[in-house]
Amino acid sequence: MDKKYIVSPSPHIHADVSTTSIMRDVIIALCPAIVISVLAYGWAELLVLAVSVASCVLLEWAVTRWMLKKPSTIGDLSAVVTGLLLAMNLPSSIPLWIVFIGAVVAICVAKLPFGGIGQNVFNPAITGRVFLLVSFPAQMTNWTPTPGFIPLPDAVSGATPLGALKEALKSGSTIPQFMQANHYDMASFLWDAGASAGEISAGALLIGFVYLLIRRVVKPWIPICVLGTMALISALFHGINPDIYTGVQFNLLTGGAMLGALFMATDYVTSPMSTLGGIIYGVGIGLIAMMIRYFGSYPEGMSFAILLMNCAVPLLNMWFHQKKYGRA
Amino acid sequence: MGKLTFSMGGVHPHDSKFARERAIEELPLPQTVYVSMAQHLGAPAKPVVAVGDKVKVGQVLAEPGGFISAFIHSPASGTVKSIAPRKDLAGNPVMHVEIAVEGDEWDPAIDRSTDLVTAIPEDKAAILDRIKACGVVGLGGATFPAHVKLNPAPGKVAECLIINGAECEPFLTSDYRIMVERPKEIVIGAAIMQKVLGGCKCVIGIEENKPEAIASMGAAVAELGYPGITVQPLKKRYPQGGEKQLIDAVMKRQVKSGGLPIDVGAVVQNVATSLAVYEAVQKNKPLITNVLTITGDKMPVERQHNYLFRIGVPLSFIVEHAGGIPDDAAKLISGGPMMGKAISNLDAATVKGSSSVLYLSEAATRRHPETNCIRCGKCADACPMGLEPFLLNRLYKAADLEALEKNAAQDCIECGCCLYSCPAHLPLLDNIRQAKGQVMGVIRARAAAAKAAAEAAKK
Amino acid sequence: MTQTIIWTVAILTVLGLLLALILFWVARKFKVEEDPRIDEVEKVMPGANCGGCGFAGCRAFADAAVKATNLDNQYCPVGGDDVMQKVASILGFTVAKKAPQVAVVRCNGTCANRPRTNEYDGVQSCRVKAALYSGDTGCSYGCLGCGDCVAACQFGALSMNPETGLPVVDEEKCTACGACTKACPKHIIELRAKGPRGMREFVSCVNKDKGPVAKKACAAACIGCGLCAKTCQHGAITVTDNVAYIDFTKCKLCRECEAVCPTGAIHGVNFPKELDKEAVKKRIADRKAKAAEAAKAAAEATAAAAKPAEKKEVANG
Repeated sequence: MDKKYIVSPSPHIHADVSTTSIMRDVIIALCPAIVISVLAYGWAELLVLAVSVASCVLLEWAVTRWMLKKPSTIGDLSAVVTGLLLAMNLPSSIPLWIVFIGAVVAICVAKLPFGGIGQNVFNPAITGRVFLLVSFPAQMTNWTPTPGFIPLPDAVSGATPLGALKEALKSGSTIPQFMQANHYDMASFLWDAGASAGEISAGALLIGFVYLLIRRVVKPWIPICVLGTMALISALFHGINPDIYTGVQFNLLTGGAMLGALFMATDYVTSPMSTLGGIIYGVGIGLIAMMIRYFGSYPEGMSFAILLMNCAVPLLNMWFHQKKYGRA
Repeated sequence: MGKLTFSMGGVHPHDSKFARERAIEELPLPQTVYVSMAQHLGAPAKPVVAVGDKVKVGQVLAEPGGFISAFIHSPASGTVKSIAPRKDLAGNPVMHVEIAVEGDEWDPAIDRSTDLVTAIPEDKAAILDRIKACGVVGLGGATFPAHVKLNPAPGKVAECLIINGAECEPFLTSDYRIMVERPKEIVIGAAIMQKVLGGCKCVIGIEENKPEAIASMGAAVAELGYPGITVQPLKKRYPQGGEKQLIDAVMKRQVKSGGLPIDVGAVVQNVATSLAVYEAVQKNKPLITNVLTITGDKMPVERQHNYLFRIGVPLSFIVEHAGGIPDDAAKLISGGPMMGKAISNLDAATVKGSSSVLYLSEAATRRHPETNCIRCGKCADACPMGLEPFLLNRLYKAADLEALEKNAAQDCIECGCCLYSCPAHLPLLDNIRQAKGQVMGVIRARAAAAKAAAEAAKK
Repeated sequence: MTQTIIWTVAILTVLGLLLALILFWVARKFKVEEDPRIDEVEKVMPGANCGGCGFAGCRAFADAAVKATNLDNQYCPVGGDDVMQKVASILGFTVAKKAPQVAVVRCNGTCANRPRTNEYDGVQSCRVKAALYSGDTGCSYGCLGCGDCVAACQFGALSMNPETGLPVVDEEKCTACGACTKACPKHIIELRAKGPRGMREFVSCVNKDKGPVAKKACAAACIGCGLCAKTCQHGAITVTDNVAYIDFTKCKLCRECEAVCPTGAIHGVNFPKELDKEAVKKRIADRKAKAAEAAKAAAEATAAAAKPAEKKEVANG
């Protein structure tokens, strides 16, 4: 044989899938929500997205290149996904330098020090978001909607629905009063909940998630458990006292519930690998998120819930394994 | 009838059965054949001929070298030129009998007519003897001696004989061709094995992507009218043809780790083995031929073939006969793309279990650079044994044999689903295969020690 | 406010005391009595935990040494004689000195000497590669070049030379722990005596194929011709399975074998001067001539002495 043929152990073919292709699918799945938020909040939103993605990618490139001296991993698009998710968690009116700080925390604190993609314990985008939430609470929760390309029917200014509600409850009004005062209509929340890019449209996020399901990128168990638990708890509490506990629809459609459940909790790296582990993880997130919403001082608990359950993942991975063939 | 499949894992590679419409052609004989003494699982056979001996087609060249071993017969008539080590397709030296081919003179005891013999002999022991004497081994890949498998240990009862026509490996079409061209022989072979096993039921499992084979086999079963034989369509899913997976699919039972199929009442034989059993028992023809597919991903269909070849023909001869290696081939494989072996020595001779020469192009086969594990769990989803390849890979790197055994590295069937589906292109199976070997070594050493201790206690 | 602080301090103090008591009790209750000499021995060990001695680590070695009745079966290749002397003095044993050893790579199948015949595309691991097939060259005995030995070395003494594709041993760093010899699936690496001033002679090939086959696969292969064995005056060289081996306990470093080897498979390292092959060959030729002369003379002498006998023979004939 003059030509040098390849010799390698079996298998000799490979599925048409790579980290890059998976990340690309996630980006595609985020597109509907991004489109709606850009339409709603205009150039400002686009700028936040661009700055967030650009800073994440640049930071990852710079750190791998000059500090870790390893081949760059920006080609796998994971930094782009982190940037998008971070931006979608921020209000469009946020100063851009804060966005950059969020990216620094996401990439240079949550991701690369642990060994980069696949090694991080905490979801980078959420870590960045929580850091900003704790450090810049005013800019993160109070904001004025920026002018969009299509006019919003009920542009609320000041706070997200959850934030406004928390304030209202503190000042002694009940939920039905609050809903009426703000003209909230649950049906329109599906497409326009008047919040940050990731929170504005649960419908668009769901469309994206269905795409991920069809492409077999994610499995539905974790989101079902997160949302199911949230629904169950809110149904229970709302049933007990509708004056101070919000209902199922309100909880599922506002705040980061959808974005968190569909795109953040399902992050491969920071979620358990077995189905049973995933179910426990999902239930845990739903539980913690609802506890924070109902009893905590923060209006929104999704990010904290996911971060807390991220801590439990190594343990869940150790305890739960998948069923093996021929072993009881 | 519903289509069945196994309960966990599996992948869906494109079936690429381009050579399916190419009828079986008989390959001519080269001037020299090299018959390997290690064509089966178990101990190598011991040559019983000497250099200079004249041999006929079908004459015994070597006898079993142990309990799990098999007879080997001459695929050609001529003179024994040498009995010496020769490199196999992986370049490792194996004892071969070299025969200079002179004419094509068959052993007169072999019935070479094409008449169908439907009457099955009554004496089970005689049938088993014939299968053993004709050197029949499993042709589904493992080449386990058939007579051993068909003769369960005392106390073990076969409830179901599964004839494996799944041919789940992409590209391969040899089983498909024999099911289309020689269905009656296969069914008679199955009926013979059914009889040997004490008249259990018999299920012929065929994947749904071969409707013509399902039809022809079904017609043959109906026409021949042996009791208790059915054709069962299976879903297209790799590794459907794995022994454990097929038992799971057809019988809904799982073989325990370290156990044998017969423990759950199953015996699995490939369709090609069934044909070999027919020829051995009804025609007295030893296993000296098999069907092999010449195929490739970038190869025009006219250049693809299904050949009836004599065992011992060098691969290079077959390749030359089929028009040489295509220019865009980057890798040569003997067997399917999922479990086949890459050929590093094309001068190697074919063996009983040879099922294909597969050419894959650079684009189809080149491995992608490794990246970090992203813990997506696709490997665990794909594993048909329910193992966690990502974990085994990590444990292997940490050299933690105890944990590897606990996480069942020894159960790996090396199907390749994990490596196939890994988006980070990690060499999962490469490492797990090593881990499996090491764990098996530990288990064997422990068993040997326990046996020695028991014997010492007896004394 | 003050109350809160007082309470906090008080509770924490009580809690601390309580936990301290529990810890004290546990430490007493579960104390393992250990020979204090184990600690002493462990202190003088190198502490690399390389396993070169055959034990799991330095502590395991120390434990075994303390329990043993002598140190004949234990040797720390890393610490060498110094450490063994110290261990012996702690435990009151005596140990014999051992010649220092070093890992030697016995393959010279460089990219230039040994053309590649196919391209390996699996995981870069010699073990995996060896299990798969005979390798990506015509030689099925030589170095596979994936660097399992480099990974096995705890001391950073091995590195792959990108030009030759072969591992290189850093003699300064090599401790002769033997990890690489176990890691190599082809058993190419051998521990050999370091030799005076590091000088040593070895056959850099393990190819068991017959001469022509070996030669075809690799220009630097030992072809088993046996010239070296015939030349060696010290009986240090044996040829088995078509490959020569130099017994380093018998080798006198005369370098004659190196000079006569037709393929250059025999290597001498750390010699102060480059080998002048012609001079050595001449020396061998002279010696042979002298020996032949001497033999001739001796034969003549015996013939002279045996003349009467010869006559007798002739007479008988």
